[in-house]
Amino acid sequence: MACDWFKLVGAELVDWFIELIGVFCPRDCGLRGRTEVMEESSEEGNLRAVGRVVLVLSGKGGVGKSTITTELALALQHAGKKVGILDVDLCGPSIPRMLGVSQQEVHQCDSGWVPVYADPQQRLALMSIGFLLDDPSEAVVWRGPKKTALIGQFVRDVAWGELDVLLVDTPPGTSDEHLAVLENLRKHRVDGAVLVTTPQAVSIGDVRREITFCKKTGVKILGIVENMSGFVCPHCISLSLSVSLSLYLSLCISLSLSVGSVPLDPLLAESIEEGRDFLQAFPESATYSSLRAIAESVLTRLQD
Amino acid sequence: MADVPTDAPEHCPGTTSEQAGKSSACQGCPNQTICASGAAKAPDPAIEEIKLKMATVKHKILVLSGKGGVGKSTFSAHLAHALASDDSKEVGLLDIDICGPSVPKIMGLEGEQYVEDNLAVMSIGFLLGSPDDAVIWRGPKKNGMIKQFLRDVDWGELDYLIVDTPPGTSDEHLSAVQYLSGAGIDGAVIITTPQEVSLQDVRKEIRFCQKVQLPVIGVVENMSAFVCPKCKNTSQIFPPTTGGAQRMCEELGLTLLGKVPLDPRIGRSCDEGKSFLNEVPDSPAAAAYQTIVQSIKDYCSSNATPAPNSH
Repeated sequence: MACDWFKLVGAELVDWFIELIGVFCPRDCGLRGRTEVMEESSEEGNLRAVGRVVLVLSGKGGVGKSTITTELALALQHAGKKVGILDVDLCGPSIPRMLGVSQQEVHQCDSGWVPVYADPQQRLALMSIGFLLDDPSEAVVWRGPKKTALIGQFVRDVAWGELDVLLVDTPPGTSDEHLAVLENLRKHRVDGAVLVTTPQAVSIGDVRREITFCKKTGVKILGIVENMSGFVCPHCISLSLSVSLSLYLSLCISLSLSVGSVPLDPLLAESIEEGRDFLQAFPESATYSSLRAIAESVLTRLQD
Repeated sequence: MADVPTDAPEHCPGTTSEQAGKSSACQGCPNQTICASGAAKAPDPAIEEIKLKMATVKHKILVLSGKGGVGKSTFSAHLAHALASDDSKEVGLLDIDICGPSVPKIMGLEGEQYVEDNLAVMSIGFLLGSPDDAVIWRGPKKNGMIKQFLRDVDWGELDYLIVDTPPGTSDEHLSAVQYLSGAGIDGAVIITTPQEVSLQDVRKEIRFCQKVQLPVIGVVENMSAFVCPKCKNTSQIFPPTTGGAQRMCEELGLTLLGKVPLDPRIGRSCDEGKSFLNEVPDSPAAAAYQTIVQSIKDYCSSNATPAPNSH
């Protein structure tokens, strides 16, 4: 029963996602088919067969960008889509561990680098600097220009093959990495961004700056996720840590963006730590329901 | 020469970079010959200027973490408050997180620079016109700002200068260490949370410190355990699946300065711009902070004149 329900919700989540990106296509031509994308992007090499590109951004560090990127990718994969994750956080690459593939290596092929696949069916691909370091504790102490150069290589030289969605996980801030991604994707396009925040004022403050970044660079904001929105004490079941929803809600209302909150869930934290698929392991959890609520509220908005 | 001269092309790698004069962006730049010859890589005169400026600052402490959102700014702010609670000491807090300056909010400052008579704060947050203003700068421009903060701000006579940094091991961190290399940094306090996802990044930060010969005063494990304000029971929100900061410190031979529990009142105080140490002084988190601050003070006293760092 739980599995059927998951399939239904998973499908809705993915359809919402594709529909959302299609409807908000910056060229205003509705949902574009794959052939249109391929014809236009014959110069794009390795990005030729990549459908939609979505950035996951936040001004603030530690709000859960990598976690949300991972969970979104897993949801899309479970719903039958081919997903890629490009991890451009060069100083703190978290995604390999979250998908349980941190021990893997990257190989070369004629078209460039072969991404690491998190599943045997090769429906979830990942590229991260984490795979290029001999020692996981090795620090990448690079200034901006060198980071920009590697990100350019990641965008051009990874043989993604056919993908429905490419998610780009970014480090906090509005600097070299973010500009490098946008510049290198100029020939393809960026279909939009999902912004992640937590309830605290310092996070909301930084996310407002990220919204300005998106406006200035012409990136469509698909929605804002409020992560770690509250914690239910397992002993007395009282709710804590939800400082105030008003800051987050007023931000969403002012921008007419979809709302969605994910609670602080130790089970999710543990799954991420150990590289396990949380969605498969805990489909009846409150956190899973929150993801469903996010999908539903966005679908409602699309029907308006 | 300035790190990025005014007549430089858009993707100038910086005059002190290894790529100076040699990268594709350098083609056509009037400074290309100078950069390629290495003349621009002479030590930045600002280092000497900053050394002179910092002669009146007794102790300089960097607050670092490879990971974002672990509580660097929160810790920096409360370290500043705790040190300044002694009226005989002068304290400065410098926020070099150019893209995400949190310190003004946490200190309850919107435009002013003095929290109390003996606690001064500088951040790019004070220079932004509106809370929505984004600082979309590449590395070289951020470095220029940090240089200005260190060289052109009249810090006066300070007992402690605390430097709050953004997450990572990049421009801001290299610049802070480079520009303060003449003046000497006492050491770095590294902040982490218990999970391996944080420790993974923090180990890189510790390697960075070793690479640039920056002493590590110790490690603080933040959000160690959650204490429910209602029932006072403890829960683990961020599981220390690989032994937390304690095991990492044992493996790397570092001092664990303390563990601070996750108290929702800390976040609330930060949102309101108040010092948590004043608001709830009898909480376990406040006690943990005070112990950590004392360790840092003891370290600084035994390290009377920091030697200039070389790297």
